[in-house]
Amino acid sequence: MTATSVRTKPRFAMYWASSCGGCDIAVLNIHEKILEVDRRFDVVFWPVAMDAKYDDVRAMDDGSIDLCLFSGGIRNSENEELAHLLRAKSKVLVAFGSCACEGCIPGLANLSSVAELFDASYEAPGADNPEHVVPQPEWRLPDGGDGDGVLHLPVFSPLLRTLDQVVDVDYFMPGCPPESARISEVLDLVMAALDGKAELPPAGSVIGAGMSTCCEECPRERNVKKIERFVRITDLAEVDPRICLLEQGLPCNGPATRSGCGALCPSAGAPCIGCYGPADGVIDYGARLMSAFASVVDATEPAEIERILDGIPDPVGQFYRFSLAKSLLRGGRQS
Amino acid sequence: MTHVTIDPVTRLEGHGKIEILLDGAGEVEHTYFQVPELRGFERFCVGRPIEEMPTLTSRICGVCPEAHHMAAAKAVDAVYRVTPPRAATLLRELLYSAFVFADHTTHFYVLSGPDFLVGPDAPAAERNILGVVHKVGADIGLKVIEARKRGHEIIETIGGRKVHPLTAVPGGMTKGITEEQRAAILASGQWMVDFARFSLDLWDSAILGNDEYVGMVRGDTYTHETYYMGVVDGEGRLNMYDGQVRVVGPDGSLHGQYPPADYPEWIAERVEPWTYLKFPYLRKVGWKGLVDGADSGVYCVGPLGRINAADGMATPLAQEAYERFYSVLAPAVDGRKRMVHARLAMHWARLVELLSAAERVVELATDPEVASDVVRVVPTERPTEGVGTIEAPRGTLTHHYWTDERGLVTKVNLIVGTTNNYAPMALSIERAARSLIHGGEVVSPGLLNRIEMAFRAYDPCFGCATHSLTGEMPLEVTIRDADGTPIRVIRQAC
Repeated sequence: MTATSVRTKPRFAMYWASSCGGCDIAVLNIHEKILEVDRRFDVVFWPVAMDAKYDDVRAMDDGSIDLCLFSGGIRNSENEELAHLLRAKSKVLVAFGSCACEGCIPGLANLSSVAELFDASYEAPGADNPEHVVPQPEWRLPDGGDGDGVLHLPVFSPLLRTLDQVVDVDYFMPGCPPESARISEVLDLVMAALDGKAELPPAGSVIGAGMSTCCEECPRERNVKKIERFVRITDLAEVDPRICLLEQGLPCNGPATRSGCGALCPSAGAPCIGCYGPADGVIDYGARLMSAFASVVDATEPAEIERILDGIPDPVGQFYRFSLAKSLLRGGRQS
Repeated sequence: MTHVTIDPVTRLEGHGKIEILLDGAGEVEHTYFQVPELRGFERFCVGRPIEEMPTLTSRICGVCPEAHHMAAAKAVDAVYRVTPPRAATLLRELLYSAFVFADHTTHFYVLSGPDFLVGPDAPAAERNILGVVHKVGADIGLKVIEARKRGHEIIETIGGRKVHPLTAVPGGMTKGITEEQRAAILASGQWMVDFARFSLDLWDSAILGNDEYVGMVRGDTYTHETYYMGVVDGEGRLNMYDGQVRVVGPDGSLHGQYPPADYPEWIAERVEPWTYLKFPYLRKVGWKGLVDGADSGVYCVGPLGRINAADGMATPLAQEAYERFYSVLAPAVDGRKRMVHARLAMHWARLVELLSAAERVVELATDPEVASDVVRVVPTERPTEGVGTIEAPRGTLTHHYWTDERGLVTKVNLIVGTTNNYAPMALSIERAARSLIHGGEVVSPGLLNRIEMAFRAYDPCFGCATHSLTGEMPLEVTIRDADGTPIRVIRQAC
């Protein structure tokens, strides 16, 4: 085979910004398919799986990465730099997982100021910090002389942002983490598209998830029963394994949450926590969930509805557990 | 003054960066190991319902979510002063043992193993799991995949999900397992025991049979005489899931043993302005900076911390492996156990724990009560405050929560496995740098891999990259002159 006849393999990248690494583990958990990915793609950048340096990415031509899965939120100046860098280098940039799509649980940090976040760590019980120091973006070494005697840290941002609040994103793949079966399907689709046997969905689409809600995938029976109060698991002696959890009074996020996981949590006896993000067409996840909850309470008087909803002890956590950073409460592109 | 910068090392929910300062003679004066990220869980968990903590804190780490889930579950039980039914405790420990098995497997074969099984001076392109397969045989790759898969199947069966399990709640579990599931787990457990014995045999033949490797394991470059910490059961044996925290000194003498809830009396955390991560140390010894010895409060956790702190293992085959570990590395004198200070021995200690975890899977899955339907009780006490401690693969993990009377979180304190090892890791980096950099010259390219090896021993969870397919950590060393102009760049060949 001559060099000119060699078809260059498409290039694959995956990156984690401010994340827990669970998205990368979910990709590794596709097991033998990872070998197919390795065969079909030239993996050019993937810190969990291979040697990786930012300078190597900087040296790539713009648009030279065919598919980049970007997980993690934008928590500091380094995350932001990599978001811009990978946007420039990638033809298709996927916000991969809940953190990149909508901020995930670390997005709840947006309820607090930077000073409060720092205090919780550096003034914690047990912290040995008599001078009340906090980490400094630039810190001059005591014996560093002049010249470059300064240590640098990334600058902590006032808000955790989603990937699309920083750069343009082509696709959104939800989940905390995305289920490995959905990841396999998406990779199959991409590989088919590269072979000209399938078309990618329109830019801006949610991929690797369903079009309905978690409830539609849930094996539990629904009897359209109205509820008189919400209860916490610590107050409920018996949970019926067959009946809808919401109808048993447990605040289950299924009605507002996009399908795709196969209703794993309700199947394991626990309410949906909402990690697959808003169902199709929903602009604000929390607003949709509130209206869904209001529709199942057995009351018509506003005061009575309010009393029942008061049974939810932490409304912001319940309604925006995964989506606060993307929500109307704390969203919007930051310059 | 000359700066040597290593950036990025790899991630700790961010990544690590090393600054090495040379004095006028070109000898190492200081090293700074910086962790560049904070996410703020201690703050944003405030206000959340306490029963959600096992789910919320799982998101601290996607590599070891099981450790956070279980430490949190124990802490919320303590908040309510509720004791789960026996079957729930069995299920939690069974899930946890399967996790420890899968995690230790990944670390040994994918991350650290290649340094030994292929060789520290082999070409970097060969120092990875594929290189292990080439050297030891294709069968080993399939075994490693199967070991991980079996571990994760047990986690999903009991925990509801493969990543971020969700079934542990105050007072127990949201669901039990069936008799058929118990039988399948038991069969996997027996397979796991065989795999762990195979792994220890591999260590024997590939590492202990090689004088050069034995010399490296014992060598001064990676040896620090620190305190050691680990959880032990009522008979002083190593326990990953539950017990008291024991701390021993560099000479093996008892520094203290305490119920996990007493940790504030024993542990303090030093804050430094040049890193986002705190340095835990032994409060009663004190912070003397990043130095080892009996006068310094620096302590080591993880497999080496645990095996040094314990009197032995709780399962028979692991006990045999434990005895062999000490007979080779530090034979007892006058019947008195001696500490193993060599950090690279951590890999061997990890394999002893691998066997112990597999044996524990068998023991727990053999207990018929593990398939009981009674897996949860409703708390009756008012929620207040609670501590949960577990041995994460990377070290002692403590969650401490305070709530108001409605069970909403008012304060959170977390001391995470890898964080305990922050100071010892910094010591290992400095030791490696001092032994390799002289007169301003960098001994290359060995420096890069030798520094990597100092890190790998700890399996730090910023090595989520630890769980790397190739086993390579991204390293770049830049030597700068006093004006900051790079004069030499060395990269990890890939």
